[in-house]
Amino acid sequence: MRAGVIVFPGSNCDRDLAVAFAQAGADVSMIWHKDVSLPDNLDVIGIPGGFSFGDYLRCGAIAARSPICSAVVEHAKRGGYVIGICNGFQVLCETGLLPGTLMRNSEIKFVCKTIGLRVESTQGAFMKTYNSGQEIQMPVAHHDGNYTAEDDLIARLDGEDRVAFRYLKNPNGSAGDIAGVLSANKRVLGLMPHPERAVDAALGGTDGTALFAGLATVLEDA
Amino acid sequence: MKARVHVMLKNGVLDPQGEAVRHALGALGFDGVDGVRQGKVIELDLSESNRDKAKVSVTDMCEKLLANTVIESYRVEIL
Repeated sequence: MRAGVIVFPGSNCDRDLAVAFAQAGADVSMIWHKDVSLPDNLDVIGIPGGFSFGDYLRCGAIAARSPICSAVVEHAKRGGYVIGICNGFQVLCETGLLPGTLMRNSEIKFVCKTIGLRVESTQGAFMKTYNSGQEIQMPVAHHDGNYTAEDDLIARLDGEDRVAFRYLKNPNGSAGDIAGVLSANKRVLGLMPHPERAVDAALGGTDGTALFAGLATVLEDA
Repeated sequence: MKARVHVMLKNGVLDPQGEAVRHALGALGFDGVDGVRQGKVIELDLSESNRDKAKVSVTDMCEKLLANTVIESYRVEIL
């Protein structure tokens, strides 16, 4: 598995994400946002958490228009895998690869804690190692995680099995308690919780391991 | 030529920040504030001198970057 992690000014989970990919057996390249092309033969691109470009204008808005993001969109359109975590989820929504947007948390507060999630979809490489309905724990740390979309889009996401995770107890006002969303082909995943901070028993649990392991299994079989 | 862009949340989109401001106004004793909506004003200095062309160009900027049209509406003023 060949993984690339995009680094923006203000990214702060890029190294954690690289560690999580490496732990699943990936060769990892770090990719600077001003690059205009991706390394050859990447299987998966990770867009990390943090505060890209200081959250100026809107969270993820400037990052989504950076030179490398055109290449990320092309990669996704070719059927490549992309995961955006926290700020990375915001970036994916701003690029249009995932629908909807992430607004300020309904209680205005920055939420930073480990939280319960329910696995909804088990489709696609990111989700296949989880069991449907499984309850897991992952850390969240965000100010703008309130997933917002029109009602008919929320219904469509449900109908197409594109809700990856839901919060057991909604921390941010997110529509339908949605914590993570998949693309129609299930190869692009955006989520507010941090699976890369849940891959080591000593640090935040190991409920994120299955996500990276599932991806590795699919890519190594390919 | 200058342009001013007003970006606001669309009607019906809950504005948590506006609500917080409304509560704070109430705490300061300003009664009768039934709603607060918070938006952004963006001012642009343009080299374009044709007003119509400037408006077309700034509208394109709004669609591509300045507003997130999932939740925000915008209004362009050419000054």
